[in-house]
Amino acid sequence: MKRLTALALSASLLAMPALADTAKIGFVTTLTTGAAVFGKDMENAVNLALEHLGGKAGDTELEVIFGDDQFAPEAGKQVTDKLVKQDDVDFVAGYIWSHVLLASRKSVLDAGKILISANAGPSQMAGKLCDPNFFSTSWQNDQTPMAMGEVLNRQGVKSLYIMAPNYAAGKDMVAGVERTFAGEIKGKDLTKWGADAQLDFSAELAKAKASGADGIFVFYPGAAAGAFIKQYDQAGLKDELPLYSVFTVDGISLPKLQAADFQGVLGSKITQEWDPSLDNPANQKFVSDFKAKYGTYPSFYAAQSYDAIMLIASAVEKVGGNLDDKDALRAALKEADFASVRGEFKFGSNNMPVQDFYLREVVADADGNWTTKVVETVYEDHIDSFAAECQM
Amino acid sequence: MDTTLLVIQALNGVQLGLLLFLVASGLTLVFGILDFVNLAHGSLYMLGAFICATLTFALGNFLWAVLVALPITAGLGFLVERFIARPLYTRDHLDHVLGTFGLILVLDTAAHLIWGPEGIAVPLPEWLDGQTNLTAEIVVPTYRLLIIGAGLAAAGGLFWLVNHTRLGMLIRAGASNRTMVSALGINIELLFGLVFALGAALAGLAGMLIAPITEANIGMGNNIIITAFVVIIVGGIGSIKGAFIAALLIGLIDTMGRAFLDDIFKIFMSNEAAETSAPAISAMLIYIIMATVLAVKPQGLFPPKVR
Amino acid sequence: MTRKTLLSVGFILALGILPPIFYWTGNAFWLDLATRLVILAIAATSLNLILGYGGMVSFGHAAYMGLGAYAVGIPAHHWLYGGLEAWGLATTSGLVQIPLAVAVTAIFALLTGAICLRTRGVYFIMITMAFAQMVYYLIVSIEEYGGDDGLVIDTRSELPGLDLDNPLQLFGLAWVSLVAAILIVRMVINSRFGMVIQGAKGNDERMRTLGFNTYVYRLVAYVISGAMAGYAGALLGNFTTFISPEMMDWSRSGELMFMVILGGVATTLGPVVGATVFIVLEEVLSDLTLYWHLPFGLLLIAVVLFGRGGLIGLLNGRDQ
Repeated sequence: MKRLTALALSASLLAMPALADTAKIGFVTTLTTGAAVFGKDMENAVNLALEHLGGKAGDTELEVIFGDDQFAPEAGKQVTDKLVKQDDVDFVAGYIWSHVLLASRKSVLDAGKILISANAGPSQMAGKLCDPNFFSTSWQNDQTPMAMGEVLNRQGVKSLYIMAPNYAAGKDMVAGVERTFAGEIKGKDLTKWGADAQLDFSAELAKAKASGADGIFVFYPGAAAGAFIKQYDQAGLKDELPLYSVFTVDGISLPKLQAADFQGVLGSKITQEWDPSLDNPANQKFVSDFKAKYGTYPSFYAAQSYDAIMLIASAVEKVGGNLDDKDALRAALKEADFASVRGEFKFGSNNMPVQDFYLREVVADADGNWTTKVVETVYEDHIDSFAAECQM
Repeated sequence: MDTTLLVIQALNGVQLGLLLFLVASGLTLVFGILDFVNLAHGSLYMLGAFICATLTFALGNFLWAVLVALPITAGLGFLVERFIARPLYTRDHLDHVLGTFGLILVLDTAAHLIWGPEGIAVPLPEWLDGQTNLTAEIVVPTYRLLIIGAGLAAAGGLFWLVNHTRLGMLIRAGASNRTMVSALGINIELLFGLVFALGAALAGLAGMLIAPITEANIGMGNNIIITAFVVIIVGGIGSIKGAFIAALLIGLIDTMGRAFLDDIFKIFMSNEAAETSAPAISAMLIYIIMATVLAVKPQGLFPPKVR
Repeated sequence: MTRKTLLSVGFILALGILPPIFYWTGNAFWLDLATRLVILAIAATSLNLILGYGGMVSFGHAAYMGLGAYAVGIPAHHWLYGGLEAWGLATTSGLVQIPLAVAVTAIFALLTGAICLRTRGVYFIMITMAFAQMVYYLIVSIEEYGGDDGLVIDTRSELPGLDLDNPLQLFGLAWVSLVAAILIVRMVINSRFGMVIQGAKGNDERMRTLGFNTYVYRLVAYVISGAMAGYAGALLGNFTTFISPEMMDWSRSGELMFMVILGGVATTLGPVVGATVFIVLEEVLSDLTLYWHLPFGLLLIAVVLFGRGGLIGLLNGRDQ
């Protein structure tokens, strides 16, 4: 019976190219623990992207299966394995956390599937561990803090205290700002991260204050962001030790900070590759539809996830649904022929985006909601520092 | 070394120690008197924080929210005692550990479903949000002083309750001889329920106090419960005095480790390695202390009296 | 053979035969699931030796699995990136890695057990947890091996005549190891040594009056159990090809305890049944709902409240 079907199938295969009528996308993100708030934002953006696409890329149906990494590399790898082996997806996308992506990478690439990061950008995967089947719609971790280091130089900041969580991305962020910042690093703290992350920073803030630095640079995504900003505020450091952050103040933390009336965050400066105020049609549609549907500004996590789905859809459409010809599929992905919320979008030699980085400021919008706006462009068409190490 | 920084870090350590004491004191009461191992004690800490956060927005004031949230948390503790703990008193500790481990999973997920995953930031009244100058040099956040004050007050109240009131006498008597107390016509079940509720309220208070600093978030109880167990084991199970001393000791060691260990490590290893290993080793310190104490005194610093 | 033995043998055989069938019928993931299950069953079986038969409730057993896994990962890491050649520890040979895993965990069990066994009851539970946490933070602190981020094992252990990259062979190795583990624990328990261990659980004083140095007996059992868990960890490292300190977290030790108790303490097959039910439930529930911890936790509470003697107890009737 089985053989008969196989025969019939191969006969039909001879007649026309292998057209998958469905392209399956596994999307791994954090849907439980306190970090689920990012996962939810990404999930929302993916669903919005599917809605905008009408669920199709050309004639091919798009099917997305979400997987929960539970904010832990081991669980993330496990769910990736399941998507690859049981659901037999064609693409695995998502990944908020660098350590989860690093742990899961082999499972996807060894199976010959396409891996697309919608957030995490560990230095290894832009450099030595780059792969023709790996693409990113976000950035390499070091880039955003490098832009911040540049801003600090321009503003004449002479010395800096650094705080970040102790995991792959935290270390990259620190390395990034150290690469461009020309002044002196007065001190540095890497704090416990994960499901049982350290959230009381009293000891570290006291050290930062005593260090006499001109400013403090932090990277605290998610729940830690609110905790950090509150304690920074309570310690009265705003004038003494101005705050420069990356990935800490965003579309997700701002509504919560506003609800608790943490005025201290207004006016603080951050760097990023995207902003809800970017003036291009794709972004305007994305931001306004997202706000209409979910009631909040999308975060950069959402923007990158939206781009990831759009990228996949563009490639699937380009190859006419023939997902077996990996060379054609890779070429189609590399062309990145889709309307990105960042405006123009192109990949570098290591399949990381080559893009602009902006300085943003936290402001209240016309309705009084706290959001960010672009102050200036720090980098144009920035290529990450690890591209040269990538051999492929 | 810089004395100002040392004093500030010592205050931070005391503040952490007092929070630990609030959690640990309830744990040690329940453990010492009811002989019940409650891993889910940390979930009561979390629930305290979430309930207080919700009430802060409903009532518009953090301090009122704390006052209302306290009896609610105590009531939750009473319910946990009635339906989970009481049927397990006659079983061994293994069953306690597993049953309450299950309860953690249930309560964490329930919190996720009720309050969402993102956690809640808790605003403070203006007068608590600033800083206080203790001396010209030593400036600390006012709210952290409030935590120290509240922690000390709760500790004092607890000592008074256990040592100088009829309820305390019954608690102490119930711990040493259950049948005797029931023979005296005391409702021992109610007594146990009250002890559990008291423990829940103390843990809840700790959660409420920390919420304006770290926000109320899912899983916050699981971070503190293991440390609280370390505290009561080091202090000796059932000993409030032991819990107090051990909590301060561990709070100080943890804070001092985070504050100064990396500088010490940099003397003999690369900066990079020191930055990574110092926080981990300082987290390890408390377990080293616990193992050392138990190796020397297998029943903790202040062992419970023979029953 | 009694009905009970027949059932047990049947269960173990089914556990060995069904997963490859799943694999051949195109369900590769189910074989993965079974491999994880069998490896955890080995660890649970080792825990049962001390927890079930010896009354030593270890709340740090996951640390042994973790150490075993790092004993595979660290030499593989040095083999790829250099270092430790002088020690002969830059290798992918399973003939080095697996004995290393067993040796390291045995030594760790000996050193910590010597201290832990001075304490009793809940103090024992907590001190075993403390040592596990120390290992956890020790690994976190070592930048070279990835710290909190964990370590990817690029090459699995190389064993003569076996290819662990082949999922069937890896599963086969795990299953044979499980059978061996079960037989070893049975042998230990039925020996004179095992009688002393079980006697000391019930009445330590009497065993000592009879002239047995129970401390030494218990310590030896503790070392055997730790080394077995270390071996299971080496298999787990080979299976996941990724290791992180998180696998030593106290909640993992709690899961192992749960498997033993769910199945039935101090029964030969209890830990295996417990591990099977645990893994299958986790899989089924997490497929149904994102919030699977809720029904899972409720079930746990229900098992503790109503299911005395574990699943094996239910199977054998209430009286046993």
